[in-house]
Amino acid sequence: MGRKVLVLGEVRDGSLRNVSFEAVAAAKTVAEGGEVVGVLLGENVSSLGSELVAYGADRVVAVDSDKLAQYTTDGYSQALMAVIGQENPEGLILGHTALGKDLAPKIASKLGSGLISDATSVEEAGGNLVFTRPIYSGKAFEKKVVTDGIVFATVRPNNIAPLEKDGSRSGDVSTLAVDVKDLRTVIKEVVRKATEGVDLSEAKVVIAGGRGVKSEEGFEPLKELADVLGGAVGASRGACDAEYCDYSLQIGQTGKVVTPDLYIACGISGAIQHLAGMSNSKIIVAINKDPEANIFKVADYGIVGDLFEVVPMLTEEFKKLKVNA
Amino acid sequence: MNIYVLMKRTFDTEEKIAISGGKINEEGAEFIINPYDEYAIEEAIQVRDANGGEVTVISVGNEEGEKQLRTALAMGADKAVLINIEDDVEDGDQYTTAKILAEYLKDKEADLILAGNVAIDGGSGQVGPRVADALDMAYVTTITNLEINGSTATVTRDVEGDSEVIETSLPLLVTAQQGLNEPRYPSLPGIMKAKKKPLEELELDDLDLEEDDVEAKTKTIEIYLPPQKEAGRVLEGELADQVKELVNLLHSEAKVV
Ligand SMILES: Cc1cc2nc3c(=O)[nH]c(=O)nc-3n(C[C@H](O)[C@H](O)[C@H](O)COP(=O)(O)OP(=O)(O)OC[C@H]3O[C@@H](n4cnc5c(N)ncnc54)[C@H](O)[C@@H]3O)c2cc1C
Ligand SMILES: Cc1cc2nc3c(=O)[nH]c(=O)nc-3n(C[C@H](O)[C@H](O)[C@H](O)COP(=O)(O)OP(=O)(O)OC[C@H]3O[C@@H](n4cnc5c(N)ncnc54)[C@H](O)[C@@H]3O)c2cc1C
Repeated sequence: MGRKVLVLGEVRDGSLRNVSFEAVAAAKTVAEGGEVVGVLLGENVSSLGSELVAYGADRVVAVDSDKLAQYTTDGYSQALMAVIGQENPEGLILGHTALGKDLAPKIASKLGSGLISDATSVEEAGGNLVFTRPIYSGKAFEKKVVTDGIVFATVRPNNIAPLEKDGSRSGDVSTLAVDVKDLRTVIKEVVRKATEGVDLSEAKVVIAGGRGVKSEEGFEPLKELADVLGGAVGASRGACDAEYCDYSLQIGQTGKVVTPDLYIACGISGAIQHLAGMSNSKIIVAINKDPEANIFKVADYGIVGDLFEVVPMLTEEFKKLKVNA
Repeated sequence: MNIYVLMKRTFDTEEKIAISGGKINEEGAEFIINPYDEYAIEEAIQVRDANGGEVTVISVGNEEGEKQLRTALAMGADKAVLINIEDDVEDGDQYTTAKILAEYLKDKEADLILAGNVAIDGGSGQVGPRVADALDMAYVTTITNLEINGSTATVTRDVEGDSEVIETSLPLLVTAQQGLNEPRYPSLPGIMKAKKKPLEELELDDLDLEEDDVEAKTKTIEIYLPPQKEAGRVLEGELADQVKELVNLLHSEAKVV
């Protein structure tokens, strides 16, 4: 038996995002032995097909078009619907990224199907495919199943383990020509703010600063700590609103959702909207001078103290650890 | 301009959450306008004030939603519509809600529809885009700025911290992101006026929909709270020792570095 499952590989700056490999792993589970078909949409993207195959896709269908060089809802939905029309899948998986959040509901509407958004896991249980997803700003979870039609879900980055990369796997990469047209939205300008370096939503270590960081310079010690740990710097809304850092660093309900192995919150009080973006992190460390701060309720380890003392000391200790390792 | 806002009444997730009988316990809980829908309402009022027209706020739910709709009217919306499906639909999902909203909107000739980018309880972010697609309308999600000039719109979209400036034309649906505006509080005269503003209540029948037409495509089989985290360990002693201990714990116990 098994299902044929399509999985969208998301391309950014010419390479596949990690969430795509995680989505392939989810698609494998959903396929239950059936075929997993990778889909690539963009300009000159078919060359990335072999990488999707190395991560577990059986084959890949690419739509290469200059009209897909930038993401637009209309362009990508036309292309994806064309692939769906050709393949007739029984399952469809996308990443729950800005692109996936924008595109998936439109595809679900066109298919007249359900859609399970922001899944953090999928498993076969008692003859059903059961998806788990956070609800109520991360304060609760629900388990959901599809009762009618295609099994369609978006998966939260950094939660589902990708399969081991195996460059010896082979699979066909075909292209499909799609006449992408009548785009109703035109992108006039893109202001890139997201900093170079480690992608915040995919980072294994995140050092986040809040209003307690007090200034733009206050972020420097956090950056040094992040460098030592190979991590990324993030922030609370409070720090962004106070203009200590750019909004692209914001973590939370309105910002990025992160699930690193280690999250170190420095001078962040722990408002629910912030927790919604990080409470799934494996280990949470809180550094705050207020022992009553809410962040300590979700922290695994806490230090009550001044972050400007604690953070540089941490950096030094981690440096020693690296030298001894 | 003919402006509509999609508004969800939600559980205030700042409150404590408890589960009883396999459901979120709503007894005594605080309900609010979904915060992202407040941005949508505020923006709708500003667009109307600049361009003329009328703002209608629609909500699908039960009769309790009247309270939040009155608040929207008190902020300055002109009309409200409550689609009360309590007696007709048992377990709806996003397919259900979007289908009902689209059915209501299909002959309303909306120029602009505003929704929230996500509901803080259900959290899927599906309803806005689904409604737009069903109406064959263009949409832009997670917007932080909207400028309307005749029949064209220039929209700024937040894309994981980057921003895109997008040009498009009406009719259009947008979903609001934090940063779009500062929602106003209802004023006292606003609250008084709101009592007299029209609030229409409809049921599925009025939309020529049968229960089967809106039957959910997905089902929740379990709701649970995350396992209570063991109380975190707040370290003690000299700061320098705490720092050493923390690094040690992260390395040897938690094994994350
Ligand atoms: C609709 C909506 C959406 C929102 N979305 C988000 C979101 O996505 N992300 C988000 O983060 N917030 C969001 N918020 C805002 C949120 O409610 C909080 O206001 C915000 O998270 C507070 O930021 P903060 O913790 O940095 O600041 P504060 O709450 O002011 O906390 C600062 C903390 O720093 C500590 N501190 C001060 N000095 C030091 C020092 N020297 N050393 C150590 N500790 C120190 C203080 O004890 C305090 O606990 C949203 C709000 C709304 C209404
Ligand atoms: C009859 C019925 C029974 C339900 N039963 C259950 C249940 O048993 N279990 C369960 O978990 N959920 C249930 N729900 C809730 C439902 O599954 C979703 O919460 C709802 O479809 C909205 O999805 P969301 O919360 O993900 O909103 P999102 O898609 O995240 O909302 C985004 C935006 O869409 C608009 N929007 C969303 N919902 C509405 C609305 N109702 N009216 C107007 N605008 C809206 C708002 O602008 C909102 O900001 C039920 C809903 C209905 C209608």
